[in-house]
Amino acid sequence: MNTARRTLGPTIAAHGVMILYTLIALFPVFVIVTNSFKSRRAIFRDPLGLPTSETFSLVGYETVLKQGDFFLYFQNSMIVTVVSLALILIFGAMAAFALAEYRFPGNALMGLYLALGIMIPIRIGTVAILEMMVSTGLVNTLTALILVYTAQGLPLAVFILSAFMKGVSDDLKNAGRIDGLSEYKIFFRLVLPLVRPAMATVAVFNMIPIWNDLWFPLILAPAEEVKTLTLGSQVFIGQFVTDWNAVLSALSMAILPVMVLYVVFSRQLIRGITSGAVK
Amino acid sequence: MTALSLENVNKSFGTVHVLKDIDLTVEEGEFVVFVGPSGCGKSTLLRVIAGLEDATSGTVRIGGDVVNSVPPAKRGIAMVFQSYALYPHLTVKDNMGLGLRQEGADKSVVEAQVAKASAMLDLDSYLTRRPAELSGGQRQRVAIGRAIVRDPKLFLFDEPLSNLDAALRMNTRVEIANLHRTLSASMIYVTHDQIEAMTLADKIVVLRDGRVEQVGSPMELYNNPANRFVASFLGSPAMNFLDRSVPGLAPGRTIGIRPEYLSLSEDGQIAGTVTHVERLGGDTNLLVRTDQDETLTVRLFGQDPTEVGAQVRLGFDPARAFHFNAAQERVTADAA
Ligand SMILES: Nc1ncnc2c1ncn2[C@@H]1O[C@H](COP(=O)(O)OP(=O)(O)OP(=O)(O)O)[C@@H](O)[C@H]1O
Ligand SMILES: [Mg+2]
Repeated sequence: MNTARRTLGPTIAAHGVMILYTLIALFPVFVIVTNSFKSRRAIFRDPLGLPTSETFSLVGYETVLKQGDFFLYFQNSMIVTVVSLALILIFGAMAAFALAEYRFPGNALMGLYLALGIMIPIRIGTVAILEMMVSTGLVNTLTALILVYTAQGLPLAVFILSAFMKGVSDDLKNAGRIDGLSEYKIFFRLVLPLVRPAMATVAVFNMIPIWNDLWFPLILAPAEEVKTLTLGSQVFIGQFVTDWNAVLSALSMAILPVMVLYVVFSRQLIRGITSGAVK
Repeated sequence: MTALSLENVNKSFGTVHVLKDIDLTVEEGEFVVFVGPSGCGKSTLLRVIAGLEDATSGTVRIGGDVVNSVPPAKRGIAMVFQSYALYPHLTVKDNMGLGLRQEGADKSVVEAQVAKASAMLDLDSYLTRRPAELSGGQRQRVAIGRAIVRDPKLFLFDEPLSNLDAALRMNTRVEIANLHRTLSASMIYVTHDQIEAMTLADKIVVLRDGRVEQVGSPMELYNNPANRFVASFLGSPAMNFLDRSVPGLAPGRTIGIRPEYLSLSEDGQIAGTVTHVERLGGDTNLLVRTDQDETLTVRLFGQDPTEVGAQVRLGFDPARAFHFNAAQERVTADAA
């Protein structure tokens, strides 16, 4: 970008808006993390205050970690999120490639059908899904969650990825065909690396809702050994008393893995964008 | 032996009929150029030959074998694309070697072929770079190298020079001509640029709307065009077509005269006013508006003092003029 030609005023304004937005977006996270290090009384007396030597307390973390299942919940969430993302990306990309690359009767109709899911929330089908899971015996398994999340993520993935794949040069794919690459190799070796930024976008878009979801774990997999982190944290929220220390500590720890995943994907995003720029 | 023969090849995309009854042969070692206006189906024809599109009907033979249902990689062809189409994540060397490696050739064979091609194209110092680190001209040479490495029976070029600047285009054109001589391979070359067509081709195929209009050597087409379309397509500046300014022309007839066969002369048959002068140093082009309100171009050799606004008379040798009927077909001068 040509910074020399841009005037100072708009630059400051733009940065001001972005900083303001960042502050607003980070504020709840900040409150959660700081309060998780405070004693219960300090949380209520001064919710916005930073932990001081008096109010500092790790009691929340102790409660959470002593509650032995926490690591299991953590692991469950991780498995569900990572496997769902992997399935969304691989199947989404493959469907998108077929739609973008091959001419076959009903191509446009198929594209529309696959994209329809973007407009219809999957939760509308909860009852039917639950019935299906019951009859296939998948209730209280991580597989149930993975299947549902994959179905939930695919429409947007197919939609975004097929748009990007249409942009990949035909000549490049044809050069691959002439050099004897199979359609699979063309897909994996030529097309996928070029749509990596789009893949990262899809991954980020899908990751957070899956990680945070409470609905489907509650309905499809409430059993102790398959609870996800979000569901597991609910044990600290009672009907009458809520162990805020524990809730805030659990939430704080739940942020970490998503952040790691996010950093991984956003690195891909940035690398993809810059590699496109130098073409 | 014929390197390629097409019999009655048709190609439709849905209801759009793009190629219509194409019949064509390319002899061993021949350099054939496809020219035609944009959208006439040149690229589509090339892709049908390459096997990237299936012909809707008709037979495609390469080296005598029917290849209609043979995949591109097994047709013994190599293709160079306008957009280079290099694999962005591979080095120059791997880009060039990929095709052979896919065929399962020995590592040493691949090395040797790549070395040979890169020596031919002066690419030795770039072998470890990626395409992003090369200039446009270098990328195009890599793309050509990738084709050479496969040692194909037939080379296909789709407007390979159109992304290069004028000077580079000329160099690369010469390079391709040399390559054709060295490899004595059969080549098909698609272009918009009639200079490329005239200078490179053994045989030019003029296409229009998915049909072959005329096939012949560049000079045959230049000196003996079958119809007005071919006459107007080859030659720069383009041929002049007059139907009012020349006295004694039968109605419905058009006369075509190349700009270089018109000359300024006191007793010329065409009278007009000079509206524009282009001085190119070696040549001078005059744009003349005739008294009958038709515009024509006159190409004079050397430098000419004629100024804009001058009244001129233009003459030509009737033997050098082409006659066309109302259907734009070529006819002899005296045929009624
Ligand atoms: N996949 C396709 N589906 C439908 N129509 C197509 C397809 N590919 C090409 N066409 C049509 O076929 C015609 C010929 O296209 P083609 O690319 O062969 O033209 P061309 O002679 O190479 O033109 P240019 O000189 O501009 O490259 C065009 O009218 C184009 O719209
Ligand atoms: Mg073309």
